[in-house]
Amino acid sequence: MTWLVPLPVALPLLGAGLALVLGRRPLLRWVMSTAVLTTNVGIAAALLWETDRNGPQVVWIGAWSQPLGISLVADRVASLMLLVSAVVTLAVLVYSIGQGMTGDERDTPLTIYHPTFLVLSAGVSNAFLAGDLFNLFVSFEMLLFASYVLLTLGGTSARIRAGTIYVVVNVVSSALFLISVAAVYAATGSLNLAQLSLRIAELPDPLALVLQLLLLTTFSIKAAVFPLSFWLPDSYPTAPAPVTAVFAGLLTKVGVYAIIRTQTLLFPDSPLTGPLLWAALFTLLAGILGAVAQSDIKRMLSFTLVSHIGYMVFGVGLGTAAGYSGAIFYVTHHITIQTTLFLVLGLVERQGGSTSLIKLGGLAGLAPVVGVLFFVPAMNLAGIPPMSGFLGKASLVEAAIRVGTVPAYAVVAGGMLTSLLTLYAVGRTWNLAFWRTPEEAHEMIRELSDRNPLSGPDDVVPYRDRVRIGAGTYGVHDQVEARSVLDEEDDTSRDLFQLTEQGLRPTRLPRTMVGATAGLAVFSLGLTVVAGALFGYTGRAADDLLDPGRYVSSVLTQEAR
Amino acid sequence: MTASLSLIIVAAALVGCGIYLILERSLSRVLVGVLMLGNGVNVLFLLSSGPAGRAPIVGRADPADMSDPLPQALVLTAIVIALGTTAFVLAMAYRSWQLTGHDDVQDDVEDRAIRRRALSDESSEGYELSGDEGTDEQEIPEEGRSRR
Repeated sequence: MTWLVPLPVALPLLGAGLALVLGRRPLLRWVMSTAVLTTNVGIAAALLWETDRNGPQVVWIGAWSQPLGISLVADRVASLMLLVSAVVTLAVLVYSIGQGMTGDERDTPLTIYHPTFLVLSAGVSNAFLAGDLFNLFVSFEMLLFASYVLLTLGGTSARIRAGTIYVVVNVVSSALFLISVAAVYAATGSLNLAQLSLRIAELPDPLALVLQLLLLTTFSIKAAVFPLSFWLPDSYPTAPAPVTAVFAGLLTKVGVYAIIRTQTLLFPDSPLTGPLLWAALFTLLAGILGAVAQSDIKRMLSFTLVSHIGYMVFGVGLGTAAGYSGAIFYVTHHITIQTTLFLVLGLVERQGGSTSLIKLGGLAGLAPVVGVLFFVPAMNLAGIPPMSGFLGKASLVEAAIRVGTVPAYAVVAGGMLTSLLTLYAVGRTWNLAFWRTPEEAHEMIRELSDRNPLSGPDDVVPYRDRVRIGAGTYGVHDQVEARSVLDEEDDTSRDLFQLTEQGLRPTRLPRTMVGATAGLAVFSLGLTVVAGALFGYTGRAADDLLDPGRYVSSVLTQEAR
Repeated sequence: MTASLSLIIVAAALVGCGIYLILERSLSRVLVGVLMLGNGVNVLFLLSSGPAGRAPIVGRADPADMSDPLPQALVLTAIVIALGTTAFVLAMAYRSWQLTGHDDVQDDVEDRAIRRRALSDESSEGYELSGDEGTDEQEIPEEGRSRR
C-alpha cells in the first residue's frame, strides 16, 4: 500500500489549489476542504494499520533510482503523528467554519483561510513523512509560511506586532537549518536520512557532535525548548482561536518529532543525555512558572504549552526505549489536549467577551457545556488519574527511575512539581472564570480600580507594589484593565457581568463549534480508553527508533548504500 | 575536501552583517539583514559542493570535471523561499507603517513589564541608600519613594 504514502501531502495541496479556484463558491469549498481532511484521517489510519503489520512504507517520488530523488517514509512514529494531526486539523477546520472566520460570506477578504490552512496541513504531513533532510526543511517552510499568513490574518496592530517577532525568529531558525544542511552535505555528501545514518557513523566524533548540535538547536527553536522558547507565549495568543489551537497542537510537535527522528536515526551513539535532560527540566519549570503568573487564559495556556514540551524532551533525553515510548505517547496526548483547550478558549471568548481572568466569572452557570468542555481536558492536562495525561507522565517517570541517574531524578522531581503547578494554574482559571459568580467578578473589579497604588502605563516610574484583594494580588496591568471596564463605553471592554446585565449574554454558541470541540475532547478521552493498545504501539515504535538499521534497510536497497 | 578561502570570507562577512542588521529595531533593516544572512548561507552551500568545475549539463563535459549540481539545486530552492519571505516581511513592514507610522519592532508585553520593574527597582530605597551619585536619577514621584 505504498501508494498511500504521498497522499497526505498531495491531497491537501491539491485541495488548497481548488479552494482558491472555488473562492466564490463558499458551500462547495467548505465541502471540499472538509472532504479532503476527512480523507486524510482515513489514509493516516490505513497507514498506521499497514506500517504496524508490514513495516515502514517507502515511496521514492518520481521513481528516480535510489538514492537519488526524494523519499517519503511512513514508519510507526510517522503514521501515528499523521493520524493525530489529521484528526486535529479536521476538528479545527470544522470549528473555524462554525466560527465564521473563513470568509464564507461573499466579498470578505478572508477567502485565503481555507487554502492556507490546507497548505499548513500538507506541510505538517510532509514533515512527518520526509525521508530526506532537505525535504524536511521544505516542509518546515511550507508550514511556516502558512502559519505566517494565519497568524497575521486581518493585519490588526496586535497581530502585526506578534507576527513580526514570530516571522523573524523563524526566519533565523530556517537560516540555521540551512547552515546545518550545508554542513551535513559537506561532511557526508548526502542528505537522505537513511544514507546519513550510515555515513555519520563513520565521521569523527567531534564533527558529528557539531552537526548534531546544529540540528538540535534548529529544532529546539521550532519546538520551543528553553531557552529558545521566548517567542512562543508572546506570538501565539494574539491569533484567532482556531489558528492558535492548531499552532499549539501541531507546530511545536513537528519540532519535537524532528528532534526524535534525527536523534535516533542520525546520532544513535551520542544521546546527549545530560544536556537534553537539563534543557527538559528548565523548560518544564520556566514554562509553568510563567503560566502561574498570567492573568489571561490564552497566555496561561501558551506557557503551559512551553512547559509541557519539557516532558517530551525529557523522554528523548532519557535515550531508552521506555523514554522514547513515553515521549511519543505524550506527544500524541498533548497534541489533542492542547488543541482542545484552545478551541474551548474560543468558545469562552465568544460567550464571555474576553479571555481575561479579571473580567470573567460564572461561566459554568452561564454555559455549562463550555464548563464541562474546559474542565475535563484541563484536568487531563494537569495529569489527574486515570486520564491519558497521567498515564503519559507516569510512563515517563517510570522510564526515568529505571535510568536512575541524578539528572533523571532531578527531572522527575521537576516534572512532578510542574504537574502540580499545572493543576494550580488550571484550577485557578476554573475558580475565577467558571465558578465565582459574575457579581463577585464585578465587585472585585470595582475594588481593584478603587485601590491604591494605581498608576497608568505611561507614568515614568510606576509602582512595583501589587494590590492584595482576598487571596490574589494584582499588578498595574490588571488595575488598568479594571478601570477600562468601568470607564469605557464600548462593548469590547465590558466584563461578563455588564454584558449579562445588558442582555447581551448568554448568546447561542454555533453548534458546529461546540460539536468540533466536543468531538476532540471525546477523542482525547478515547486515548485514555485505548491507552493499553497505544502504549503497545508506541513501545514498538520506540524499538524501531532505537534500531536505525531497520529504517535504513527498508528505505535503501543493498547496492544503493 | 578543499575549500575556497575567499568563499569562506564572503560567507562569514555576509552572515555577520546579516546578524548585526537583524538585531536592529527597524523592520526594513531586519529585512536587509535577513537577505544578507540568506545569501551568506547560499554561498556556504556553494562551499559544500567542493571545488568549482564545468557546468553540470549532461553531454557538455566529462562527469568527472563537472561541479556538484545538487547544492546548486538546493540554493535555487532556498532563493525562492527567501523571495517569499522578503515579500511577506515587506508587506508586514508596510502594514506596520500604516498602523503606527513607523516599522519598528515593538516590545512585547512581558518586556515592558520587566522594564517597568527594573525602573522601580532602581528607584527603591535600597538603591538610594547604597548609591552615592543619585543626582542624575530620573524624577520619581514622591509617593513612589515613600512606599519602599
